[in-house]
Amino acid sequence: MAQTLYQKIVGSHTVFRIDEQHVALYADLHIMNEYTSPQAFAGLAEKNLSVRCPEKQMGIVDHVIPTHPVAVDKRTIRIDAAAHQAANFTRNCQKHGIHLFDVTDREQGIEHVVAPEIGLIRPGMVVLCGDSHTTTYGALGALGFGIGTSEVEHVLATQTLVYKVARDMRIHVDGALAEGTTSKDLVLYIISKIGAQGARGYAVEYSGPAIAALTAEARMTLCNMTVEAGARGALIAPDDTTISYVSGRIKDLPQADIVAAAAQWKQLRSDADAAFDVTHRFDASAVAPFVTWGTSPDQAISITDRIPALSSEPLERHNASKALSYMGLDAGEAIDGLAIDHVFIGSCTNARIEDLRAVADVVRGRKVAPSVRAMVVPGSGMVREQAEREGIANTLIEAGFEWRQPGCSMCLAMNDDILQPGQRCASTTNRNFEGRQGRGARTHLMSPAMAAAAALAGRIVDVRKEIKHV
Amino acid sequence: MSRHEIVAGTAAPLPLNNLDTDQIMPKQFLFGIDKSGLARGVLYDLRTDASGSPRQDFVLNQPAYRGARMLITGANFGCGSSREHAVWGLQQAGFEAVIAPSFGEIFYFNALNNRLLLVTLDASIVAALIDLVSDPAKSQLTIDVERQRVVTADGAEYPFDLPARQKRMFVEGLDMIEMTLSDADAIGAYEARHYADHPWMKIDLPKQQRAA
Repeated sequence: MAQTLYQKIVGSHTVFRIDEQHVALYADLHIMNEYTSPQAFAGLAEKNLSVRCPEKQMGIVDHVIPTHPVAVDKRTIRIDAAAHQAANFTRNCQKHGIHLFDVTDREQGIEHVVAPEIGLIRPGMVVLCGDSHTTTYGALGALGFGIGTSEVEHVLATQTLVYKVARDMRIHVDGALAEGTTSKDLVLYIISKIGAQGARGYAVEYSGPAIAALTAEARMTLCNMTVEAGARGALIAPDDTTISYVSGRIKDLPQADIVAAAAQWKQLRSDADAAFDVTHRFDASAVAPFVTWGTSPDQAISITDRIPALSSEPLERHNASKALSYMGLDAGEAIDGLAIDHVFIGSCTNARIEDLRAVADVVRGRKVAPSVRAMVVPGSGMVREQAEREGIANTLIEAGFEWRQPGCSMCLAMNDDILQPGQRCASTTNRNFEGRQGRGARTHLMSPAMAAAAALAGRIVDVRKEIKHV
Repeated sequence: MSRHEIVAGTAAPLPLNNLDTDQIMPKQFLFGIDKSGLARGVLYDLRTDASGSPRQDFVLNQPAYRGARMLITGANFGCGSSREHAVWGLQQAGFEAVIAPSFGEIFYFNALNNRLLLVTLDASIVAALIDLVSDPAKSQLTIDVERQRVVTADGAEYPFDLPARQKRMFVEGLDMIEMTLSDADAIGAYEARHYADHPWMKIDLPKQQRAA
């Protein structure tokens, strides 16, 4: 029977079937951070259980770590509760023999930036993590998705997950992204079209010429944010772009084995006649730079559009009014020209080297507006080092950006990178939820180039016009 | 009847769509290494003003809804972050069930693993229930899990779907790890087969601590 790529990966990782809807799904890699794992380790201790496969666990401190620009070996967590949580994580990893990227590790960074860049994510794998943005790995043809802490405990003990198999959705994107638009604009566009629960219950497979043209990192941005449409996974079938990215990063396999594996990776695709429960088609050439105006990622518009009129449906109307009131905006207002206080370039969505290059290209030789505090938090120590080698760090610093150490930082503000009430932020992150970047803070999601342009102008602007000035 | 067969009590209306787990349990409550102390974090920014005092206009601060055991809310409740703290906090604050047209996927399974009952009903029925319980005199609901019915104070009954497995998990409280480990041999056999077929998927991270 014809199968989708998703069905093939689930099939190859089914240890046994539990019932019609559920399988025991095997995890080739399980990634943990300091804040969603402690209660799982405590649960193991309580039940006197061990970790079944310590070598398939990766630990990394990323959510609570401060990003102050001190030397890597001098990094330290000053907030007591966060320091206590990180120290507890170190103890848990040591106790169970789990590889940990700790606070002072050169390769430390955001889990979803580090795992692919060090070659741990490979086509066809199943990768689990107690973090919703684990969907990132679909960019490399690996099925990744977030799990809760009870499930983290289950994976630690059994290396499997009791998993409800999702339905199949295909999102086909024709055409090509125009200059000045990126996969971030594309994903905001798609979420605005299908809604914050448009892919709930589905594993999404992206296809089409616009997807094929994306770099591996741009694909990560796309798959990362697909969870904001509620998706249980996001996949892109491996191609030469994938093979080139992955092959260059695997450290523990001889070249001959990688070549043999690549031949198998090319077979990892949906059968031509595979059936999808739902198919959406979009045209990338219709995508302009996109910006969120509200407090849900689907409340997004093109930079050239105005905030939509309120719905006549009572609950939707109530929700949109509440969002607008929180954001200090009105229906019908333009987003172009809106003054901002802060720019944040970072997160597992947009803090890879290509993102930082895009920012540098916009700001080179120019200055951040005096009214704006702008910070760049690279996705990992490796990204930071590469940006320094390429001269990007200098370009950003000369333009007036803070050049910081890696971590999740102001994406969710679990460290001291936090906005004050009422502050408006142009952010390359993934969630514009109320309070996400700080209580009362107003987040506008956008691409790195758009955030860079906003930093220079002191207001949200169309980067396509800015590029022409360069 | 145990409290896992019948959930009865006050239901509080919370008519908001896409109420995400960042709002259900904000960041400042996520630093623990155990599950305790989360009741005070539930819906914190909605419940309190900037000084931390209760907002009198928020439903859970109104005398009629203090001690509510159920929430009735909009679509996609619990979307966003995977933080299970959202479920633990709701339970610690006394909630035993949430009724909504749909739930975020990760939240749904987190709730199941903690025996927080999630009832999915059509949006039109949820809207009618929100209207109903907005009158404190009619805010008492009963959820009969066995019969899969939400019963209002007026005696109206609304049937809901609950897959057999989910029902068992809620009513009986299954130990999933114990159940899976009883098939440990199957996992071992799978691993041997899987990595023979797909050697590149075999991750073998060194045990040594990474540090400066």
